[in-house]
Amino acid sequence: MTDLQLTSTAADGTAQAPGRGASTSGTASPRKHRPRQMGRRTLRHVVMILASIVMIYPLLWMVVSSLRPNDEIFRNPSLLPISLDFSNYERGWESLAQPFSHYLINSTLLVLGCVIGNLIACSLTAYAFARLKFWGRNIAFAVMLMTLMLPIHVVIVPQYIIFSQTGWVNTMLPLILPKFLATDAFFVFLMVQFIRGIPRELDEAARIDGCGHFRIFFQVILPLMLPALATTTIFTFMWMWNDFFGSLIYLTSPENFTVPLALKSFLDTQGSSDWGAMFAMSVVSLIPLFLVFLFGQRFLIKGFATTGIK
Amino acid sequence: MSAVGELASIVSSRKKGGPKEKHPDNKVGLAFMTPWLLGFLGITLIPMIASFGLAFTDYSLLAAPDFVGLENIRRMIADTRLHNSLVVTFIYVFVGTPLQLIVALLLAVLLNQGMKGLSFYRSIFYLPSLLGGSVAIAILWRQMFGASGLVNQIAGMFGFHDLPGWVSNPDTALGTIILLHIWTFGSPMIIFLAGLRQIPEMYYEAASVDGASKVAQFFKITIPLLTPIIFFNVVLQVINAFQSFTQAFVVSGGTGGPSDSTMFYTLYLYQKGFTQFDMGYASAMAWLLLIIVAIFTAINFFVSKFWVFYDD
Repeated sequence: MTDLQLTSTAADGTAQAPGRGASTSGTASPRKHRPRQMGRRTLRHVVMILASIVMIYPLLWMVVSSLRPNDEIFRNPSLLPISLDFSNYERGWESLAQPFSHYLINSTLLVLGCVIGNLIACSLTAYAFARLKFWGRNIAFAVMLMTLMLPIHVVIVPQYIIFSQTGWVNTMLPLILPKFLATDAFFVFLMVQFIRGIPRELDEAARIDGCGHFRIFFQVILPLMLPALATTTIFTFMWMWNDFFGSLIYLTSPENFTVPLALKSFLDTQGSSDWGAMFAMSVVSLIPLFLVFLFGQRFLIKGFATTGIK
Repeated sequence: MSAVGELASIVSSRKKGGPKEKHPDNKVGLAFMTPWLLGFLGITLIPMIASFGLAFTDYSLLAAPDFVGLENIRRMIADTRLHNSLVVTFIYVFVGTPLQLIVALLLAVLLNQGMKGLSFYRSIFYLPSLLGGSVAIAILWRQMFGASGLVNQIAGMFGFHDLPGWVSNPDTALGTIILLHIWTFGSPMIIFLAGLRQIPEMYYEAASVDGASKVAQFFKITIPLLTPIIFFNVVLQVINAFQSFTQAFVVSGGTGGPSDSTMFYTLYLYQKGFTQFDMGYASAMAWLLLIIVAIFTAINFFVSKFWVFYDD
């Protein structure tokens, strides 16, 4: 499938080869080239639409299949007919030790704790890196950027030992506490970039008015960096809603399971029998992500692009 | 500048002499930095050192660590399952990442031609990369590539009946996870798109006045000016790919099967450390992972001198 995409896009690129020349030097004979350009444009859309279908079809099919009787999931690869049989959802909701809402609540609590932690700790750290001059700042900044690339595995075993001694294993604390200590370097970096873009004159005006750094941070910088805070909130939400490795290690008893662990235990207990119910709960687990994507896309794309580029 | 670029410039521009920098904000700086400092020491640095120490012990959480010298390393050299997991991970990283980035780059370039419906296509391509890390999608993948899953049903429509399950065949199981990885090309694509936006249109105008073809423009303008972003994507995606876990775990039901064909290094590490509680060995494995990731990142940085083009 991907091969197809590759070759067809490449072919489109070559077909276009004279295109740009034609469009800019085309003032001499604009009419002559128009049909060919139209053809290219149509071809490009055809390629894009095909690629879109390949990308989105599995998702649509899962949603449609979750509303079908179990045996049909293995017989009908098409999206039609659309049935509205919610029995998979009813069965899936109740088929684990706790109703599925229990896991949704657990995940919500985890995400909430992590979002609050990241917002507070990362913004404080970012302000220091972006605005304060203190001893060792550049080294600390480089070290922070390096932790961005550090595999979590190299710290997870001793972390587990520490948290098992404090009795926090099987609670959410090992997952939430690090966020209050600004361990998500990605967001610190994102916020540093953002604060650097805020004109220093604003700080200086506040300083002349007698503000200290804490007031400048809270009353000048923080209100101006709302877009960066929104991006952080959305990414933290997405990542922690999907968090699997950490949750798998720290949350051991079923009543503490988050949504990803609940889905995993579904797979363990149901084996490969009740796919309808599994699809239904999978769809439920994706709905919050989808909503965040729908309403927060602007921040997601901006956040990603700015940490990548600027 | 990207995180990767910034790090490179800090490391390479250590000041030699020069006027002493003033540090007027030491106290307030410490106050602002306290959470990060505690986190860096308590959550990162000390555990890292402890993990290094544990790598030379036999430790199972129940009794005190027992110093065994280089025993874990000797075991790793003899552990054929570990070697296999390295091979699986390397295939995943060095097949999956380039394919994912090539697809991302091509679609970004295509989308950047001022197409109508850009934001629609961009959303469609971006969505899977946000969902791809979830257990739900891994479950979907397991069904799709099962014996009577979606893929074989569609194949049946084209006359290919009774194909075996892709996830239950040791030759193809890894391929399905690589495909899942490629499916999530949206996030590097977004970064490429933002990079393409920054290339001044006048370069292309000048080139087409000189009669350069579109292909020539792509290779002589787009690619060279995009190399810093390609570099950024390569570094990050390689680091991430080495640490992939969820998909292999769920698609294989936590086993890394069939016959260890999806036994990612991190999955094996998890099994050793957290199901067998062989924590000394798991720590040694974690350090090997760190060393491998560091070597490939260093290689990336080193090689970048020869192909990454910085405008300034």
